[in-house]
Amino acid sequence: MSVDIDVVNWRMEEADETIVLTLDVAGQRANALSSTVLEEFDRILGQIESRPLQGLVIRSAKVNGFIVGADVNEFQKIVDSTQAAALARAGQTVFNRLAGLPFPSVALIHGNCLGGGLELALACTYRIAREDEATRLGLPEVRLGIHPGFAGSVRLPPLIGDLAALDLMLTGRTVSARQAFALGLVDETVPERHLLNAAHAFIARHPHRRRATWWKRAPSWPFLRQPVFRLLQRQLHKKANPDHYPAPYRVLDLWRRAASQEEEALSLGELLVGRTSRNLVSIFLLGEELKRNGRRNPHGIAHLHVIGAGTMGADIAIWAAFKGFRVSLQDQQPEALARTVKKAYGFYRKKLKKPVAIQNAMDRLMPDAGGNGLRRADLVIEAIVENADVKRGLFRTIESIVRPGALLATNTSSIPLEVLGEALKDPSRLVGLHFFNPVAQMQLVEIVRGKQTSDSALERARAFTVAIERLPLDVRSSPGFLVNRVLMPYLIEAMTLAQEGIPIEQIDQAATRFGMPMGPVLLADTVGLDICLSVAEMLSGPLGISVPDRLREAVERGDLGKKSGRGFYVFDRSGRPRHRAVRGHTDTPVIERLILRMLNEAAACLREGVVDDPDSVDVGMVFGTGFAPYLGGPMRYAEALGEVGIASSLRRLAQEYGPRFEPDEAWARSDLLTHHTVPRS
Amino acid sequence: MSDAKVYVVDGARTPFLKARGQPNEFSAADLAVAAARPLLARAPFAPEQIDEVIVGCVIPAPDEANVARIIGLRLGCGKAVPAFTVQRNCASGLQALASARERIAQGHAHLILAGGTEAMSRAPIQWNTAMTGWLAGVLRARNPIARLRAIAAFRLSHLVPVYTLLLGLTDPLVKLNMGQTAEIVAHRFGITRAEQDTYALASHQRLSAAYDAGQMRDEIEPLYDTRGRIHQEDSGLRRDTDMNQLAKLRPVFDRKYGVVTSGNSSQVTDGAAMLILASETAVERYSLPVLGELLGEDWAGVDPSQMGLGPVHAVAKLLARFELSMEDIRQMELNEAFAAQVLACQAAWASAEYARDELDLDVPLGPMEPARLNTEGGAVAIGHPVGASGARIVLHLLRSLRRHGGGLGVATLCIGGGQGGAMLVRVEGEPA
Repeated sequence: MSVDIDVVNWRMEEADETIVLTLDVAGQRANALSSTVLEEFDRILGQIESRPLQGLVIRSAKVNGFIVGADVNEFQKIVDSTQAAALARAGQTVFNRLAGLPFPSVALIHGNCLGGGLELALACTYRIAREDEATRLGLPEVRLGIHPGFAGSVRLPPLIGDLAALDLMLTGRTVSARQAFALGLVDETVPERHLLNAAHAFIARHPHRRRATWWKRAPSWPFLRQPVFRLLQRQLHKKANPDHYPAPYRVLDLWRRAASQEEEALSLGELLVGRTSRNLVSIFLLGEELKRNGRRNPHGIAHLHVIGAGTMGADIAIWAAFKGFRVSLQDQQPEALARTVKKAYGFYRKKLKKPVAIQNAMDRLMPDAGGNGLRRADLVIEAIVENADVKRGLFRTIESIVRPGALLATNTSSIPLEVLGEALKDPSRLVGLHFFNPVAQMQLVEIVRGKQTSDSALERARAFTVAIERLPLDVRSSPGFLVNRVLMPYLIEAMTLAQEGIPIEQIDQAATRFGMPMGPVLLADTVGLDICLSVAEMLSGPLGISVPDRLREAVERGDLGKKSGRGFYVFDRSGRPRHRAVRGHTDTPVIERLILRMLNEAAACLREGVVDDPDSVDVGMVFGTGFAPYLGGPMRYAEALGEVGIASSLRRLAQEYGPRFEPDEAWARSDLLTHHTVPRS
Repeated sequence: MSDAKVYVVDGARTPFLKARGQPNEFSAADLAVAAARPLLARAPFAPEQIDEVIVGCVIPAPDEANVARIIGLRLGCGKAVPAFTVQRNCASGLQALASARERIAQGHAHLILAGGTEAMSRAPIQWNTAMTGWLAGVLRARNPIARLRAIAAFRLSHLVPVYTLLLGLTDPLVKLNMGQTAEIVAHRFGITRAEQDTYALASHQRLSAAYDAGQMRDEIEPLYDTRGRIHQEDSGLRRDTDMNQLAKLRPVFDRKYGVVTSGNSSQVTDGAAMLILASETAVERYSLPVLGELLGEDWAGVDPSQMGLGPVHAVAKLLARFELSMEDIRQMELNEAFAAQVLACQAAWASAEYARDELDLDVPLGPMEPARLNTEGGAVAIGHPVGASGARIVLHLLRSLRRHGGGLGVATLCIGGGQGGAMLVRVEGEPA
């Protein structure tokens, strides 16, 4: 029997005095809690709360999960903190109504159960999770610069204990069903086939709602709360700068004050309209937009053949096999393949843990000294030595063996696609897939479009990139593409600063204080000075970058950075750089020189059409290099500084330090600098 | 015979890895997957096009029941491709090929992935039956007193482990281990220690010459382990061995007065060999390159205590059925379970007395010309992973015959328990 109520996103079935409520948000791949969805939920609860029912079961009809959280798109329409707090309050009211039902409620959780979705589950009497790998639960709000706002921060500690609750909220990490059960976050984990049975069993038995054991609540005892708070705050300071990322500090503060739901709502309201959250949300949405771009068409790729088992080739192969593709990895040197197999095993063991899953991934990754996999491959990625002639020769061979429909890709970071395409009878199927090191951590892949690259090749390349859970960013084939080109002046300037006698520790500290994940000097050492040098030399012609002597000398000496134990830094045996203590802060000129060179190059990229719009620069630099995410990317930062101000600062620096700071003409053209995809706040 | 033709279109094996006490890193399934993955990768058809997977394996690990099915699924053949495992002791790999050949010859299948695999270093060590009984008793006890009584029934002898590898290499009825059966046939035909060692040395020399000449390259797919090492050669091959070193070894089976040593016996090893068999239709449809044709096989039974003579009888039956003489055979692979046993087979074929009494022949078949027997060495140097060897010798015979210009070949093995198996193959081309 179905209950007559006018809702579009929920389905209601009733049997044996139990209601099964299924969320199926219309027209979406995943369920998000938009205000409409919440309003409908509220009406449903209002209708059933006075009825003599045995219980309520809440589940999702989406294949990929329960609920992914609040509707992030709605965040952007919020103009002030009062409105934001009201939004949180509205959600809290609905969830309180759910928690206050006179009969038990059960959340049946599969796939993603995140943010507001988990807060909804927390308001239920019981939570039952599907026990497979796809089930992930968490409160990732801090990653968007906010914290839970639907009473999650209030309901979680009593359920799983204070430290576990803070851990989930501060890190934003997600846990598997098994881990969630161990934490006490869910009451039971069962396979798909038993989900409903288990829900009915819980309703029939109606046990007490789960509570954390007394010792897990010990940190909340009055005389312990303050010391625990100070301890955690000290740890937090090592991880995040409160000026850049206020949200985790708010989480801690709410806990210290044992805050009410109202305080949670007010705090959320302030965060949601703050700079950090605005920028993090915008970057998140830009990333989602790239994914949507890649999902428009099927990639038709089952078997990937990678040629070249150097760092990049090996990592691409390991990653693609991890993500379910059949991969053959070819290299002339069997030792390189052997190293890759070892690395893959270590990676899969860490990530997959279960022996069968590890074995499956290892089976998908075939070391292929003989190139057996080339013949039937759907996609061939070349990642061999950066030499146009060698690559051309290889592509000629590849074309003579592969199937006519196979997509061909190069991971080159310096050779124009048009040059490589000369070797091919059909250059329209050649595309650049430029991955970043380390592949397992850097989400971005530049999809390089040569003059002859066909649209369908680009579509397939994007779709494949999304299928391996990376973000495909379209760039035009030109020296350094986007990311390396924008990054290089920044690295070079850091080396110039070092050459001028500024301690490298001070340069790096200035950058990390600005919000970079790693200072430029250490970054150069980590990437490898030989690689930096070759990219710098490749860019020196077209961009007029002068390569610092110190870089050249270091490479000549064989000091290649982290991999050789010595670069600008000296590294200890475990690969950590030895630091000297730095005194005094003279950040301003240092960081100004570093960042403005980057911004100036980004502007030049826009003027030359390397990417289409400022959003692409932002998403590329944040996901490709980790550019201070709280600033939303270089162009969003430039917008905040003001184009006129940047140009005049550049002119001042040019007078003082030379013509490399001459402002790009793009700064005078606001048409180039306007954001398109995401509306400006 | 009206049966359809059956071709081998591709095949590869892993290097054979000597068991050195510790279990090696690869399971039987791992080995077969490593051998077959490149075949499927370079095949013009998708793995799903395979009709069946048939694998020989003598002692699969406890978690590898019907290991052929595991191999098929791990290779991406898909759930719809059926698979079965065959066990005929030392000839399990040959039996897999024979079963596959029959399925295709009778028109039931067009493409079959068949071969053999064995991880002898991983043969399990089990509790004995008394221990199993004791454990069951303890678990079944209903109350504390019954449980105490059941526990008290424990005897130290329950802890004596069962080495499945040793049992597998011992005849269950005559209670002789395989080495002792070799001692018996050596004695019967008067094969001396020196003759055996000379034969063993030649096996190592022939194999190393084949490796050095690059003749093994298209047969062997390297193994990569998770510790970053690569295995490209059979690890039992001793390039540096000589008669002196072989002479120093002490007999291992009849310790005091025997002649069979670890040096002139096949080695306990891990390895797999996998082949793709195809019907004429499949060869045409996918334009498959033909390695050779499998013409048929015969099996024979002999006295279990002289199991090494199995090939004598199996080959006699095979030649008789195809109306061939020993001279028609261009090349033979006779699995070197023991040097003594290979030499004894040769002696038996040469013997008029043996022909008359045991083979019911007026004229002896005559021995295989030594230069055409095991031309690139055999199990003494390569190793004898029991389930895999039958497939390995067929694969090698085809590749070797092809190098030598083609013709008829016989692959034959002695089989623990007192049997022999022999398969007749043909490779296109006029023998030189």
